[in-house]
Amino acid sequence: MNGTKLTLARKRSLLGIAFILPWLIGFVLLFAAPLFQSVQFSFSKLTVGLNGFELEGVGWDNFNNAMFVDATFNRILTQSVSEMLLNVPMILFFSLFSATLLNQKFRGRTLARAIFFLPVILASNAIASAESAGLINLVGDASVVNEMGGSTSEYNIMSMVMILSDIGLPISFVDYIVGAIMRIYEIITSSGVQILIFLAALQSVPGSMYEVAKMEGATSYESFWKITFPMVSPLILTNIIYTIIDSFAGSPVTDVIFTTAFETQNFGLSSAMSWIYTVIVGIILVVIGWILAKRIHYN
Amino acid sequence: MEARTPQAVPGEANKYRLQKARNKSVDILYSVFRYMLVIGISFIIIYPLLMKFSTAFKDKIDIYNPTIYMVPVHFTLDNLKLAMEILDYFPLLGNTMLFVVVTTLLTAASCALAGYGFARFNFPGSNVLFALVILTILVPTGTLLVPMYLHFRSFDVLGLVSLFTGKEGVNLLNTYWPSIITSATAMGLKAGLFIYIFRQFFKGMPKEIEEAALIDGAGGIKTFLRIMLPNAIPPMITVILFCFVWQYNDTIYTSLFMSETALMPINIASLPAQANALIPVLTGVGTGTNVKADPNHVALIIDTGILLAIIPLIILYLIVQRYFVESVERSGIIG
Repeated sequence: MNGTKLTLARKRSLLGIAFILPWLIGFVLLFAAPLFQSVQFSFSKLTVGLNGFELEGVGWDNFNNAMFVDATFNRILTQSVSEMLLNVPMILFFSLFSATLLNQKFRGRTLARAIFFLPVILASNAIASAESAGLINLVGDASVVNEMGGSTSEYNIMSMVMILSDIGLPISFVDYIVGAIMRIYEIITSSGVQILIFLAALQSVPGSMYEVAKMEGATSYESFWKITFPMVSPLILTNIIYTIIDSFAGSPVTDVIFTTAFETQNFGLSSAMSWIYTVIVGIILVVIGWILAKRIHYN
Repeated sequence: MEARTPQAVPGEANKYRLQKARNKSVDILYSVFRYMLVIGISFIIIYPLLMKFSTAFKDKIDIYNPTIYMVPVHFTLDNLKLAMEILDYFPLLGNTMLFVVVTTLLTAASCALAGYGFARFNFPGSNVLFALVILTILVPTGTLLVPMYLHFRSFDVLGLVSLFTGKEGVNLLNTYWPSIITSATAMGLKAGLFIYIFRQFFKGMPKEIEEAALIDGAGGIKTFLRIMLPNAIPPMITVILFCFVWQYNDTIYTSLFMSETALMPINIASLPAQANALIPVLTGVGTGTNVKADPNHVALIIDTGILLAIIPLIILYLIVQRYFVESVERSGIIG
């Protein structure tokens, strides 16, 4: 009796392993092995021969080169990490705001939803690079394009700065808000998936909660902060992590890693750079997760 | 037990009416405000798209006419024709579609299998392995690029190839195999996320269904194919859509493994250079290094080419956008 039960359990677990087998093979061969190799590469000088490659251990040299010798990596890394950290709160705010907006009932809601998720479809690095190449081609110089990017928005930003600082807001906060307005397109286009996730969360909040709150006399402002916000708070962490991961793809750091490896053929340095990046991002994720984990309401 | 009826005092009634009117006007103001917001944000999103449509049908003469905004004066299909010729559009599109559909289906299949395996089976180390799935989501792609590149440059599973042929392995670069292999083994673009979506969904399905199937004599694989998969339409749609779009737009893997094949992202990225070189030849202005295309015209053609590249996605999106939102809501991504 006991024996047959055991075999059934074992059968089940074997079947389970069979189900995850494709993933397991892929994980070992295409993730774990490259990951290990990548660590190995970052500590060695790699020369590619006709067949395969040769490694020569150099210790921490690659890391040293990436951080202190390479002219641009340091700057690009700090710039893109700080940009990412600035963008996360804005994307989060905007996506929660849009999700609440799109969750309300109004005419043309389906159309509005369709448009709000359009950026998910159209986010492509190839298109972005072709677009900027077209513009560079048009004006003849890359630096002009960067300047144009700042001046093409015809709206005079100074008036807004004046108004906001007249209200008495601290100047750093004004800077942040104005920066957000200048980058509104970037923020809107990178928050499609986040809106989708928040929207799904909002729809899972039971309507009876709002009815009770209304009967008790809560304003909609109060019911947002006391009901909606706690209910979607687990998804805030999910969205933060998603936003950070999503920023890898188009990040200038990834470009530098890519060109170091495949144009200047310095594979060791490139691996070292990518590990520095990975570790920094990992630390950020852990810190954010640690801070938020206590404040999130799980039901 | 008498029902309490509101005692209509004249002053009270007026106050009540006033408050009702105030509430109503606040509601109207709020909905006007909401429409302004929604329309404004929508405009920001679709503005670049509108501009591309406008340039695609604009004649060359109209470039230098500063009074034209959005709607061109001289309609023409020449830009479309020229961009199609430079891109070699239809063969390119067919090729890309085939590639994307195959990799998407493979990814969906392998991720569904893995997701089901993680959701329903308890085998030793299953939790650790699922933690490793999460790890694959979190590690940036940049970290694995170099080893992957070298791996596919001389591809060899456990030394089998060198055992039989004596060579160092097969060079798979510039074939479709790297992407097919990564998607079939659930290691493709953001595959960890898809496994996570499937796992969350399968976890939320009642266990009784499977038990009933088991009692009726269906094996584990049959239960999965006949019972679980047909019920997993929402996560399936979500995964297939996202995977399709990301695969179609991907530049990192395609430029790394397949830089010489005819795929849409690669050709779009190299379109500016192509357009510069080919436009004088194609428009019959002349050949030679001294002949240069009008930069404004080149920009026009590039915009048209970009439009041509995203049109298939937009059409697809228009067809499925209703399912897109609904399926994400039901796929249990939030559970």
